[in-house]
Amino acid sequence: MNTNRKLATAHRAQKIGFAVLAGVSAITVLPILWLGFYIVAQGISAISWDFITTFPSNGMRSGGIMPAILGTIYLTIGTALFSVPPGIAAAIYLAEYAPDTRWTRVIRLAMINLSGIPSVVYGLFGLGLFVIFLQIGTSILAASLTLSIMTLPVIISTTEEALRAVPQDFRTVSISLGSTKWQTVWRIVLPQSVAGILTGVILGLERAAGETAPILFTGATFFLPHLPQSPLDPTMALPYHLFVISTQVPGMPIQIQYGTVLVLLVFVIAMNVTATMIRSRVRARRQW
Amino acid sequence: MTATIVIERLSVTYSDRVVALKDVSLQVAENAITSIFGPSGGGKSTLLRMLNRLNDMADVAEVSGTILLNGQNILDRKVNVMELRRRVGMVFSRPTPLPLSIYANVSYGLVVAGERRRSRTDVAVEKALKQVALWDEVSDRLDSPANKLSGGQQQRLSMARVLALQPEVILLDEPTSALDPVATNKIEMLLHDLSKTLTIVIAPHNTQQTARVADYAGFFLTGELVEFGLKPQIFTLPRDRRTRDYIEGRFG
Amino acid sequence: MNNQKLPALLAPQTNWSERVTVALVRVAGYLSIVFVSLICLFLLREGLPALVNVPLLSLFGTTWYPIEARFGLLPLLLGSLTVTIGAACIAVPLGIGTAVYISEIAPQWAKETLKPLVEILAGLPSVVLGFIGILVLAPALRRALSLNTGMTAFTGALLLAWASIPTIVSVAEDALNAVPRSYREASAALGATRWQTIWMVTVPAARSGVLTGIMLGIGRVIGETMAVMMVTGNAPVMAFGPSALFSPVRTMTATIAAEMGEVAKGSTHYQVLFLIGIVLFVFSLVINLTVFYVGARHAARKQRLLS
Repeated sequence: MNTNRKLATAHRAQKIGFAVLAGVSAITVLPILWLGFYIVAQGISAISWDFITTFPSNGMRSGGIMPAILGTIYLTIGTALFSVPPGIAAAIYLAEYAPDTRWTRVIRLAMINLSGIPSVVYGLFGLGLFVIFLQIGTSILAASLTLSIMTLPVIISTTEEALRAVPQDFRTVSISLGSTKWQTVWRIVLPQSVAGILTGVILGLERAAGETAPILFTGATFFLPHLPQSPLDPTMALPYHLFVISTQVPGMPIQIQYGTVLVLLVFVIAMNVTATMIRSRVRARRQW
Repeated sequence: MTATIVIERLSVTYSDRVVALKDVSLQVAENAITSIFGPSGGGKSTLLRMLNRLNDMADVAEVSGTILLNGQNILDRKVNVMELRRRVGMVFSRPTPLPLSIYANVSYGLVVAGERRRSRTDVAVEKALKQVALWDEVSDRLDSPANKLSGGQQQRLSMARVLALQPEVILLDEPTSALDPVATNKIEMLLHDLSKTLTIVIAPHNTQQTARVADYAGFFLTGELVEFGLKPQIFTLPRDRRTRDYIEGRFG
Repeated sequence: MNNQKLPALLAPQTNWSERVTVALVRVAGYLSIVFVSLICLFLLREGLPALVNVPLLSLFGTTWYPIEARFGLLPLLLGSLTVTIGAACIAVPLGIGTAVYISEIAPQWAKETLKPLVEILAGLPSVVLGFIGILVLAPALRRALSLNTGMTAFTGALLLAWASIPTIVSVAEDALNAVPRSYREASAALGATRWQTIWMVTVPAARSGVLTGIMLGIGRVIGETMAVMMVTGNAPVMAFGPSALFSPVRTMTATIAAEMGEVAKGSTHYQVLFLIGIVLFVFSLVINLTVFYVGARHAARKQRLLS
C-alpha cells in the first residue's frame, strides 16, 4: 500500500516536473518567435525597392539603406577571403597532419581562447595592429581582417570536425594504393567533407556579418555620401547603421529603424537557414 | 622455390609496449599463396602491414630486422613508400570502396601515380575488372558510385583496384570475413587463378580457408611464428604441439 | 630479379608543389597561436603605458570621469558584475531547463522546433537585441516597475540572459546526449522514474559539460558589448544592493565601445581604454583556460557559433 502511494507520488512529481521544463523551454523560445513576428509586422511596411537601393537622406531620416547593405556584403566577402583559406588549411593540419604533441595542445588552447575573446577586444586589437601599426587606416580592409581573426576559430573547428567525420578506412585504402597524404586529403577527404565545411563557414560568416563592436573603430562609418571606392575606404554597415539610427539620431522615424532591423535579420537568418539546409541534406544523403 | 619476400628476424613493438612480432623469419614464395593463420592478436595484421609499410601510419615504437622484396630492403629509410605500396597491393577485411565511381576506384592508384592519359587508364580498368570477373557485371555502369555494389562485388572491386597497378605482391587481410559463402567462394577461386602469376599473402579469418587456398602456411601465436611450411605438411604433420592443438580446435 | 617491374611512368614523383602546399598547411596550423600572441602584444603595447601615466591607486578609484582625468575602474567593474550576475541568474535555470527538456523529455516534433529556434537566437546580432531592448523592453519595464528610466542593469541582464542561453543550451545538451544510454536504462531497471533518473543520474553524469556551458555563457555575457551599451543607461556610478539592479550602470565593454571613437590616439584616456581591454582579455583567458582543463569537447566551436 505504502509503496503504491510512493509510486503514485513519484509519478505525479514526474508529471509536474515535465510540465515545468516544457514551460521553461517555452519561456526560452517564445520571445524569439514573438520577436520575429513583431519585427516583420513593424518593418515590412518600410521595405520597398527604394529602401534597399537608395542612399539615406535628410540625416538618415528618410531614403534607403543601400550603402549599409552593400557595406555588410563587402565586409562579409572580405572576411571570407581572409578567414576561409587559412582556416581550412589550419583545420587540415590539425585533423590530418598534426602529431598529438605538446604543440598541438597549445594550438587547441590558443583556439579556445581566440574564440572566447570579447568582440570589442577584437576591435581594440584591430585598431592597434591594422589601423595604427600597419597604417591601413579605418577601412574595409582593416575591418575585414579584424573580423577574419575573430571568425578563424569557428572555421577551423567546424572544418576539423567535418574532416574527422570522414571514415579512417578511406584514408587507409587511399594510402595503400600508393597515394601521398596530400593526395588522400585532396582527392578523398576534402570532397567528402565539403558540405560540413561549407556549413561551418556560413555560420562563421553569419556571426561576422552581424558584428558591430569589432568594426566600430576599424572600418565602420556613420555616413558616406558615396560608395567606398576601394578596400582602403571606410564603409557603412548594417549592424552599425542600426546602432547609429537607434541611438544617435534624434527624431528618427521608427519605421525606418524597424525596416533596417528586418533587412539585417533577413540577411543573417538567410545565412543560418542555408547552413542548416546544407547540413541536413548532407546528413540524409551521406554514404557512410 | 624462388622467394619474392625474405623476412629476417623481424620484431615490431607498438608505443603502448605491445610486442606485435617477435623475431619472425619467413620466406614468401613467388607465384604462390602463402597463408598466415592463428588466433587474433597473433601479429598477422602487423606482418601484412609491414610488407607495404602501411604500419608507418600506426603508432610503432620500434622495428628491427629486415624485409627484402626482390632483394631490396623495404624497411630502408630511403625507400619510396608510395612506390612500394604500388608494388605491394593490399585488400582489407571490410570491403571499402572509395567514395568515387567504379571507374575512379579502379583507376585511383594509377591516377595518383601520375597517369593522366584516359586511354591508358581505360585499358587498365577494363583489364583489372576482367581479372576479377567483374567486367560483365559493371561495364555498363562504370560511372555509378561504387558503394551501390553488393558486398562481394565491392571486395572484388577492391582486388581490381590493386591489380590495376600490376603489383608484384598482393596482401589480403581477412578478405572474406564480411562476405557470404557464395561470395567467399568466388574470391577464393579468383585467388587460385591469380596465384599462377602473382605472389599472394593472405591472413584468412578462419583455419578452413587456409586449408582450402594456401600453398604455404605459417602459424602465428602471440607475435611468434610457431611453424612454417608447405600446407599439407602443416595440416597433416604439424611438428609443433601448439600448431596441432590450434588446427584441431583445442584453443583460439 | 624484376626489381624495377614498375613502368617508368609510375616512377615516384618528387612533387615540389605538394611539398609547398603541405608546408603552407603546417604554417596555417600555428596561426591561432600567432594571433593570440599578437592580440596579447598589441593590447599590452597600447594599454600598459596607462599604468605609468595613471597612479595605480586612482585606477581603483570610484569615479570614472575621463574629462577630469579620473580613471577609477571600480564603477565599470561593478557594472559588468551586476549585469553578469543578473543575467546568469536568469540564463542558467532557463538554459539548463531547456537543455534537459530538449535532450531528455521533448517529443521529436518539439525537439525539431526548439533546436532551430535556439540556433537562430544564437545568430541574432547583439545590436538587434539592443534595439529591441531600447524600443520594447525598456519602456515596458519602466511602466511595469514604475522606474524613472527603463535603461537599467536589469534590462541589460534580461537581454544578455537571452544572448547567453544558446551557449548554455547547446553545450549542456551535447553533454547530456553524451551520457551513455545504459546509465539511464540501469536507473530505470532499479525502478526510478524518468524524472528521478534525469536529476539523480543523467545530469550528474554530464556535470562537467553542463558547467562548461554555464562558464562559456558567463564569458559571453561579460564580453557582450552592443546590447549592453544600448540599454543599460551608461551611467558609471557606484551602486550596491538590489536597487542597483534597477538603476543605470556602465559596463567595461560599453565604456570601450562608447568612448574609443572620441579619444585622441596615444592619450592617457586611450591607454586606459586599452587597459580595460586587457582586463577583459584576462577574464576571458581565465574562463577559457578553466574550460580547456575541464576538457570540454568542441568548446571553441560552440562558443563563437552558438553564443
